[in-house]
Amino acid sequence: MRKRFDKHWYAWAMVLPTVIVLGVLVFYPLVRGVAQSFTNLNESNQRDEICTKILGGAETCKPNPDAAQFVGLDNYVDVLTGAQGDFWLQLVNTLVWTVACVVLHYGIGLGLAVMLNRDFRGRSFYRVALILPWAVPSFVAAFAWRFIFDERFGVINGALRAIGLDPVSWFEQRWTSLFTAIVANVWLGVPFMMVALLGGLQSINGDLYEAAEIDGASPWQRFVNITLPGLRPVSSTVILLGTIWTFNMFPIIYFVTRGQPAGETEILVTGAYRAAFEGIRDYSLAATYGVLILSILVVYAGVYKRVLAKQGEVF
Amino acid sequence: MRRFKAGSAGIAVAALALTLAACGSDSGDSDSNTDNEADSSSADLSAELTWWDTSDATNEAPAYDKLIEKFNEKYPDVTIKHETVPFDQTQNKFKTAAESGSGAPDILRAEVAWTPEFASLGYLYALDGTAALDNNFLETPLSSNVYEDKTYGVPQVTDTLGLMYNKALFEKAGLDPEAPPTTWDEVREAAKALKSKAKVDGIYLNSGGYFLLPFMYGEGADLVDVDSQTITVNSPEAVTGIQTAQDMVKDGTSVKPTANDPYGTMMTLFKEQKVAMIINGPWEVAGISDDPNFGGIDNLGVAPVPAGGAGQGSPVGGHNYVVYSGMDDKKAEAAAAFIAFMSSAESEAFIADELGLLPGNADSYDMVSNERVALWADAMEVAQPRPWIPEGGQFFAPLDEMATEVLIQGKPVQPALDKVADTYKSDAVPDYSLE
Repeated sequence: MRKRFDKHWYAWAMVLPTVIVLGVLVFYPLVRGVAQSFTNLNESNQRDEICTKILGGAETCKPNPDAAQFVGLDNYVDVLTGAQGDFWLQLVNTLVWTVACVVLHYGIGLGLAVMLNRDFRGRSFYRVALILPWAVPSFVAAFAWRFIFDERFGVINGALRAIGLDPVSWFEQRWTSLFTAIVANVWLGVPFMMVALLGGLQSINGDLYEAAEIDGASPWQRFVNITLPGLRPVSSTVILLGTIWTFNMFPIIYFVTRGQPAGETEILVTGAYRAAFEGIRDYSLAATYGVLILSILVVYAGVYKRVLAKQGEVF
Repeated sequence: MRRFKAGSAGIAVAALALTLAACGSDSGDSDSNTDNEADSSSADLSAELTWWDTSDATNEAPAYDKLIEKFNEKYPDVTIKHETVPFDQTQNKFKTAAESGSGAPDILRAEVAWTPEFASLGYLYALDGTAALDNNFLETPLSSNVYEDKTYGVPQVTDTLGLMYNKALFEKAGLDPEAPPTTWDEVREAAKALKSKAKVDGIYLNSGGYFLLPFMYGEGADLVDVDSQTITVNSPEAVTGIQTAQDMVKDGTSVKPTANDPYGTMMTLFKEQKVAMIINGPWEVAGISDDPNFGGIDNLGVAPVPAGGAGQGSPVGGHNYVVYSGMDDKKAEAAAAFIAFMSSAESEAFIADELGLLPGNADSYDMVSNERVALWADAMEVAQPRPWIPEGGQFFAPLDEMATEVLIQGKPVQPALDKVADTYKSDAVPDYSLE
């Protein structure tokens, strides 16, 4: 052992910075967060003593009568039984939101990538045009989409009125409201999928298509039997990434629906934000949300990896 | 008077310095400071103070800059760094800075509901015994600064909600523009006339919790009762009040508010003269009268909020000057002098004349000539204090959800208010009892 350390000391020295950076930026906050979720820590009880300072005068301090303390699983019980917040409503929203967005991102992104993966006039123009939404900061896009769906002054209701239909009060019902956010997020997220999948398409060997064509395979057969399997390494990664990003996509919900109507379109991350930062800040409740969100994603990633491993695909 | 106060504070500090060894160095500083104040003239004061101002940077801040120039004529060596910060982010920004101990300003313009919250968190200096409290302030706005028998700020401006209406549309509908509705029933009658004769909507009720308070106050209800530590937001009186609001939306007296950005929609419709009445506050007077579509200040009428079964009542709002507790104690005297100057009768009257905001200083009202201020005199008569407790800021998110459910989604009132009461109990004031 000692000999091995003598021999490989430089290797340990090399990884040390990474270990320190990871420790400071990831592990310490993570452990702190988990620990806080077992307390009732908030902004008003975090101090050991409360001090009153008089301007130009004295300072008097007295011990904080209800300083933060260990409360065990109380926060989890409160959140999961619905005594505080709307965890289950937000979880259902998050799942609908994530599945809808990722399916549409992937489907539309793949369609566009396949279309762009062949030679035609103005191809580079289309590529740039389709990547443009990616260059728009998400909160700017969110504001734009909120105005587009505005009930009185929005473009969409204006168009509906112009063709003689009744305008839709988008933000009055839970699902129509969530729909507006999904539309905004799909518009924002498709370019990334398209670019990633286009890269994947270009790495598929063209000989395969030629051979299939000679064998008389139809375009659909070529797509199912060559394109999709060829894309699998890229797809599995971008779908995992897309799921995690969408699950934790804060600005779209926060700025497009603002949780309307009456908090019914809040997802877990925006719900956690409201729990933590409205009024006197509730750090323990926010930490509880954080741990629950992390747990869900860790379980998801584990299952996803296992399913892929079974299919012979490991990344 | 002032000499006596400062002198007694100095003695108190000296006594404390002797008894509290732990605070020795701090109180030593302030000791010499207060002694200075007792026997030196104002021109000797020298300090640099940062002031976070949450007023509108383009319309309002220049008026405060002029006031700071006047302050500097009197105190040439006190430099004021006047920084305008966006109102909606400042509560969080200040708390973050105050908690971490760096980046917080010395002086802050704090909204009335923030003041008790900041005070309870230990972020503010109590101003008792300083020159800042020497001015004669209106009682209700001043009460928002009191937390556990100490005063943590002084009112800069005050405001309330009132019935704002379009005089031209009233005339068109055959209504007397000088006799606006005084009860919700009269609002209903007026709305019928406006709809049939002037072809516009009667009133737009904003689906925000704060904007529904007049309906509750009008029935004698309030969100909580601080003395008996009871949550009263779902009392029968409150239900009656909110029911009135819901009925007005259902029978077409009020436009149904939009779920997303109801406030912005309200203001657009009112300025474009598509709705004749709104419930809103003095902060919108400039925006409305400057809008080319509206027809100027002469077209705007302001009346007290209409009465419910138990009379008229509207919530008091406004802003206070407060001092960050992390400020170096050496600057205490300069900070007190600055606040005393800014909140003096002359200064607040100057701001009222420039901007049309309502002064928190009671003596200012005799000096003001701005007609926008005079508009609100009657509405202010029925203003009543809100429960000034640190948790007060947490009451409005559940109330906003209730407003959306009741006014927009048309859900029954009692269960919606019961839900608010349960949220108050679980999230805001767990020690209070439910009715």
